[in-house]
Amino acid sequence: MSSEGMKITLRMWRQKNKSAPGKFVEYKLSGVSEDSSFLEMIDILNEMLVHKGEEPVVFDHDCREGICGMCSMTINGVPHGPERKTTVCQLHMRKFKDGDVITIEPWRSKSFPIIRDLIVDRGAFDRIIQAGGFISARTGGTQDANAILISKPVADYAMDAAACIGCGACVAACKNASAMLFVAAKASQLNSLPQGKPEKDRRVLAMVKQMDAEGFGNCTNFGECQAACPKGITLDHIAQLNRDYLVAGVKKTLGLLK
Amino acid sequence: MNLNSNIPEGPLAQKWQSHKAHIKLVNPANRRKYKVIVIGSGLAGASASATLAELGYNVSCFCYQDSPRRAHSIAAQGGINAAKNYQNDGDSVYRLFYDTIKGGDFRAREANVYRLAEVSGNIIDQMVAQGVPFARDYGGLLDNRSFGGAQVSRTFYARGQTGQQLLLGAYSQMSKQIGLGKIKMHNRHEMLDVVLVKDAEGVPHAKGVIVRNLLTGEVEKHSADAVLICSGGYGNAFYLSTNAQGCSVTAAFRAYKRGAGFANPCYTQIHPTCIPVHGTQQSKLTLMSESLRNDGRVWAPKNKDTAAKIRAKQMKATDVPETDRDYYLERKYPSFGNLAPRDISSRAAKEACDDGRGVAPGSGNGVYLDFAESIGRLGESSIAERYGNLFEMYERITGENAYKTPMMIFPAVHYTMGGLWVDYNLMSNVPGLFVLGEANFSDHGANRLGASALMQGLADGYFVIPYTLGNYLAQVGAGAPALDNPAFAEAEASVKAFNDKIMSVQGDESARDLHIRLGHILWEKCGMARSKESLTQALAEIPALREEFWKRVRVPGDSKDLNIELERAGRVADFLEFAEVMVRDALQREESCGGHFRVEHQYPDGEAKRDDENFAFVGVWEYQGENKAPTLEKEPLKYEEVKFATRSYK
Repeated sequence: MSSEGMKITLRMWRQKNKSAPGKFVEYKLSGVSEDSSFLEMIDILNEMLVHKGEEPVVFDHDCREGICGMCSMTINGVPHGPERKTTVCQLHMRKFKDGDVITIEPWRSKSFPIIRDLIVDRGAFDRIIQAGGFISARTGGTQDANAILISKPVADYAMDAAACIGCGACVAACKNASAMLFVAAKASQLNSLPQGKPEKDRRVLAMVKQMDAEGFGNCTNFGECQAACPKGITLDHIAQLNRDYLVAGVKKTLGLLK
Repeated sequence: MNLNSNIPEGPLAQKWQSHKAHIKLVNPANRRKYKVIVIGSGLAGASASATLAELGYNVSCFCYQDSPRRAHSIAAQGGINAAKNYQNDGDSVYRLFYDTIKGGDFRAREANVYRLAEVSGNIIDQMVAQGVPFARDYGGLLDNRSFGGAQVSRTFYARGQTGQQLLLGAYSQMSKQIGLGKIKMHNRHEMLDVVLVKDAEGVPHAKGVIVRNLLTGEVEKHSADAVLICSGGYGNAFYLSTNAQGCSVTAAFRAYKRGAGFANPCYTQIHPTCIPVHGTQQSKLTLMSESLRNDGRVWAPKNKDTAAKIRAKQMKATDVPETDRDYYLERKYPSFGNLAPRDISSRAAKEACDDGRGVAPGSGNGVYLDFAESIGRLGESSIAERYGNLFEMYERITGENAYKTPMMIFPAVHYTMGGLWVDYNLMSNVPGLFVLGEANFSDHGANRLGASALMQGLADGYFVIPYTLGNYLAQVGAGAPALDNPAFAEAEASVKAFNDKIMSVQGDESARDLHIRLGHILWEKCGMARSKESLTQALAEIPALREEFWKRVRVPGDSKDLNIELERAGRVADFLEFAEVMVRDALQREESCGGHFRVEHQYPDGEAKRDDENFAFVGVWEYQGENKAPTLEKEPLKYEEVKFATRSYK
């Protein structure tokens, strides 16, 4: 890195609120360290704007270590940017070149309405979990943790699914804006564990029903979600969700679910 | 201030059982008449909300993020302690209790810590029942790893994402109750004041909060029968820390300004294994889990010239011969080695760097965490299985492959043991105001052991507050005050006036710039090593900076709208006031203990020198009004079971 740092041109999406029209605004930055994270680069822009008395670019972010799932932006057309299995906050400027022009937009989906600039309302994800993304386990009165034996492959499979951070990149990447990868990850984690089996059928029916009610599109197996997922959640979980949903649907039709 | 700890009578091991058997209960049919406000949705807030809603109380929970699932408990990597003794290695409730008291350098309250150890096993049972995928062996039993400050393996883990899995477990339980309508969730709301309403005898009780809707800027009033603050720690006072960007002292500090005592603010934990600072554009520091010290060896070059060559990039770590490596933790603390507690490991790293043996380019502030020996012994795939995600994270941030070259690490602000003062029931000195998790002071003394924060957050939320809150509510009776009570109007006006005051400055500095400068003062003068001289300087510099803030801060936009700079400025304003309380506390504590190291008080070998005769107390600060020095009150620490001992890990 030269001592002056990198020069970067940003084409940044600015939008006052859900109903106001949005547009790209160009900003030029210099002196960006290649060791800075992508969000630190936007911090530099915001500091510049604040010093000029202009309103900073609003974006969601919190932990800045790739785990809270709050950061959410599409960089040059790719949710979370060019580095595989990496959230925006963990993307570093050394992945870009001096002089690059970078286009930054919010997640685009009808079910994630834009609030301002780069932040969207992902409440739909919370409502899907509220519908059935849990195991009913009242506090107290549970058995000893080692009384439930879970073989390592099953525990590992559940953990692979449980790694989902609920960021919504899967929806942003999908041309149908489908939330299947998100729903499948949670359903798969809970359905594969012995503790989650008693509510399995109810769970998948309730979660899928809520997913549809939120207006997410259908899954047509393009796999863009898997490519965009910062935690490497795979399509296998969607396949399992489809199987579990089919079984639950048949049971419901036959009147076996009360 | 009433600092009665309300510790139950009886032998230590029976206090909690006996307390639970004798405190008052609220009839199930009456619980729906009560409303409880919970501030924060991390492990403490989420577990408390879920459990209280299950019991039948009406809960309103507030978080500043877009969803309760984002709370920073999610970032805890390594694990959660519990005295299960699944490894048959001699663990017990008593041993976990003793390790925690000793780890906290004999500055924690005995009865609280014992209860924490006692309920630790229930937490694991509960989380497994919720579907948390803890690591297991091929036989299907739960696996454990070791953490600092313990000689048993009692840490349960879910890869390097234990905090995430526990938080999502608590979040799922909370979500169920939101779906059932028992919890009303208020995302993107920040608490800016607590409202006190006097009872018939004129005693003020916490009966509500003032919050700001971060999307609309609207200031809202909410009333309840009790308020639970679960808002985490104040590590971001230092600007650079491992905390999330939005973590702040604001909720706790505004409660302090309403009369809640702030206990032991000088106890801050500097975590030994974080990625070193890279430059001035940095916004946060990233922790590398303590669990890495199970297999990584910490070292610095013995020779200063070698270190200088590495700093100048003329030599690589892998080229340093064994004979020129100082595995200083193994050398100084042979019985705990690389698993020495955090405060001790951090100071040892600072010592090596201060000695000119640091290896980070530029500042020199860095030492090595080396996996070459364990990769040789176990193979790269075993190490990848255990810590793969951490190695990936390290590579993303630094661009270096830690399988081939040692990680470079340096201590960073991580956790704060101090917090609002609470009694045995987790109630502050303000009746009806409860404080849970990192936001309170009670369990970790002057230093927290690794994997104990998750344990405390969940213990407080799942297994303590359901009992102790009921005891309070049963005594005061149901009936949240009406919002037209003048106390609400007064608090609302004070919040609006504070925000308007910030907006009116329109100076030439950003809140971030001023925060960075506060961070420098605290890190240099109230950081890993403190002296009377440095603290006295800080005590002069902080008010000056605060004055500058109120003359120079610039916040664009409108307070009655989404305004991220106003949010930031409000938090920085609180940090600027709070920092002074922290420094005053560090100044009055003329001893070294845990995370508080006063250079004047050390043994010739550099170990911390405690003064049990004069400082075995909790230092509790009481607000006295704007621009007035707070006053200190003391809760003496009485040990019935444990005897004070020099804390040795040699």
